[in-house]
Amino acid sequence: MIINLRIWRQEGPDSPGKLVDYTVHEASEHMSFLELLDVLNEQLLADGDDPVEFDSDCREGICGSCGLMVAGIAHGPRKRTAVCQLHMRSFKDGDTITVEPFRAHAFPVIRDLVVDRSAFDRIIAAHGYVSVTTGSAPDANAIPIPKDVADEAMDYAACIGCGACVAACPNGSASLFTAAKIAHLAQLPQGQVEASQRVMAMVDQMDAEGFGDCSNYAECEAVCPKGISIDGIAGMRRAYMKGVLSG
Amino acid sequence: MKLMNALLSPVGRKVLTGATGIGLVAFVIAHMIGNLTYLSPDVNAYNAYAYKLMSLGWLFYTIEILLALCFLLHAAVGISIRVRRRKARPVGYKFYKSAGTPGKSGYSARSMIFTGIILLGFLILHLNSFKYGPGVAEGYTVELAGIGEVRDLRRLMTEKFQEPLYAFGYPLVMILLGMHMRHGVWSALQSLGMMSRRLSPYLYTTAAILGILVAVGFLFVPLYIYFGV
Repeated sequence: MIINLRIWRQEGPDSPGKLVDYTVHEASEHMSFLELLDVLNEQLLADGDDPVEFDSDCREGICGSCGLMVAGIAHGPRKRTAVCQLHMRSFKDGDTITVEPFRAHAFPVIRDLVVDRSAFDRIIAAHGYVSVTTGSAPDANAIPIPKDVADEAMDYAACIGCGACVAACPNGSASLFTAAKIAHLAQLPQGQVEASQRVMAMVDQMDAEGFGDCSNYAECEAVCPKGISIDGIAGMRRAYMKGVLSG
Repeated sequence: MKLMNALLSPVGRKVLTGATGIGLVAFVIAHMIGNLTYLSPDVNAYNAYAYKLMSLGWLFYTIEILLALCFLLHAAVGISIRVRRRKARPVGYKFYKSAGTPGKSGYSARSMIFTGIILLGFLILHLNSFKYGPGVAEGYTVELAGIGEVRDLRRLMTEKFQEPLYAFGYPLVMILLGMHMRHGVWSALQSLGMMSRRLSPYLYTTAAILGILVAVGFLFVPLYIYFGV
């Protein structure tokens, strides 16, 4: 199949960028979208041009490294699918696909489609953890946890921190990411001890990084490759208010 | 100080918008039911209702002040959230598309700032036409049995809604109000942390029904007067 691409090219963080048109003549419907970019890059290298820079690592939808705006949607048009798992069979022969980096003040563009998502790391560093004294690992079943609670914690823990929620949000809010990290720990007894400090610290850091406000558009849930629910955001707000009221 | 910081945090701003919004929804529903007394077979029902409200005295003024605060805070925080959007994404997308369900960013959600600003402008005109419009001093009076002479709001309303601008402009704004509530009601509950996996679908639907009910409830009286049914 023939695929036309309009890709955002930008030399560096401060240089101006623009959309550049390319055509890949030998695309296959079995390729992932990132493999299509690999083919394009081989073509560009053969022509002596700079390849298009983009992030990727595991290419099996579990690491959170990849993330592109494909055809106007974070990770592309297929639901619950990271862009590395998006296959060209989701497109038609002759399609023109616009590819842009995730855009947010807190996600500055480094080059082409690569953005700096370390703002997420700083939100985690603020309190996205459980303080424990290290020692030997406890027995797996020493603390019994009901199945439905464990399942819900796992649903939120599925967040791979790719940043699609921020990219898709019309306000550039990081509420879904932050809420997912808070919610997965808040479900479990180990996480409940520091629940209040955690939610306050992480929400403050999210604000300090310059992410926007949440307007409950739920675009984040719609693009999340792991299908994380905005119910977690409601939970984050409950926990925050509880933290404020309990001092 | 700590509470102030909390209210200015991203969560606090949403809690403020949601809580003031719910106060305004309560007001809008009460106002709509009050308006419907115009249609009562008892021609004095509407004026009697207005008189009873006014005679609540200090309670009435307290509610008025609280409502004014709700309006101001709701508008101020809503506008500030919109302004911060630009800061959070200084370079926009060349091509952006909504990803659809389970997203909830339909027309109502996307137009909150526009419907909100129109509603604010409407509120000022509306207060000017009715609350601060012609009253007892201008001869708009009616005799109520057992009460005496009171302001004839029914007459003012009947006159105003015979003008096409009022008769059609008002319902139009009420449809925008219904849209604002369609996203606003469920969004307020989500902002106040009242949503959960089990409740969310029901409350999202309830918000739509409430938005439609309020818009339709406000449509009746002006159209009834204009078409002289």
